[in-house]
Amino acid sequence: MPARIQIPREARRGEVIEVRILIQHPMETGYRHDDVGHLIKRNIIKVLSCRYNGVEVFRADLSSGIAANPYVQFYTVAEASGNLEFTWVDDEGQQGAERQAIAVKG
Amino acid sequence: MRRARAWLALAAVLAACTALAQERAIPPGELKSGSAFLGSDLRALQNDDFANPGMLWVERGEKLWSEPAGKKTLACASCHKDQSMRGVAASYPKIDKANGKLLNLERRINQCRTERMVAEPLRYESEELLALTAYLARQSLGVPIAARIDGAARAHFETGRAAYHLRRGQMNLSCAHCHDAQWGKRLLSETISQGHPIAYPAYRMEWQTMGSLERRLRACLSGIRAEMLPYGSQEYLDLELFLAWRAQGLPIETPGVRR
Repeated sequence: MPARIQIPREARRGEVIEVRILIQHPMETGYRHDDVGHLIKRNIIKVLSCRYNGVEVFRADLSSGIAANPYVQFYTVAEASGNLEFTWVDDEGQQGAERQAIAVKG
Repeated sequence: MRRARAWLALAAVLAACTALAQERAIPPGELKSGSAFLGSDLRALQNDDFANPGMLWVERGEKLWSEPAGKKTLACASCHKDQSMRGVAASYPKIDKANGKLLNLERRINQCRTERMVAEPLRYESEELLALTAYLARQSLGVPIAARIDGAARAHFETGRAAYHLRRGQMNLSCAHCHDAQWGKRLLSETISQGHPIAYPAYRMEWQTMGSLERRLRACLSGIRAEMLPYGSQEYLDLELFLAWRAQGLPIETPGVRR
């Protein structure tokens, strides 16, 4: 599951930073039928979480109302240099993980 | 005598040019990209290099570009290494110099794969082919479309033009009925666009994924309740050339975001 993450590479301590993530995923709703009428099994990303140097700063429970290739944006406070680590898991149990480093000054 | 002949030839060329100019249903000054008919939210999404979901395919294409494939274990980048691909997509569909056949970007990629890399061609609408096409087209971002319709391309152009104006399906509509005569007006909740091919492969909300221009053409055919031709049909290809000529001068904006 490829994903794109965008955070500032550098920030001042205490600065509010914008965090953006775009994950490639079909987000199959479970309400659609295939060409021969069989229900297509639901397969959505259930949980998306973000840890900042090990501490969870963001968590989202996604539902079947969220479009394919979900895009999530939130804000957090730059406290220390380190990594933002994203993890997510879908209905089929497939896990995704992606991380991005940030340098905090001051 | 020779001079007279030269003048005649010049006159013929000029007449052809005027005729061509007159054939345009939408004058060059009034050409509008499909994004001009979108809501502001979708337009903003397309212009956001990070959030535009089509960029996922562009990134994948960039990786595939240097991944070796086939019996010769060649990657695209093995041959096209010090060469900028900027502007390439803007010249397609294009006549292949080697065999005189018309190729769109998808077919060119597959021709390179089968003939030079000795690899399996990529299936139409496969993630890999969409990714490579999107990656190539993205490098021509902002380059005006400039497909050539002279020489061997001329016959394809004429077939494409005929296909564009052919009434089809239960609604008995041709492409021109909406995209030449009614653009800018409403069709239920949607604004009819001019039908330009400059943003493809594009991410369509209705599909919830990326799709090629052919997929979009099929969607139009389905919309007017006409029979959809199979992927890779010559008629789509000729139509693509006509559409490219029709959009001449509009800048490429792949990956577009559409409704």
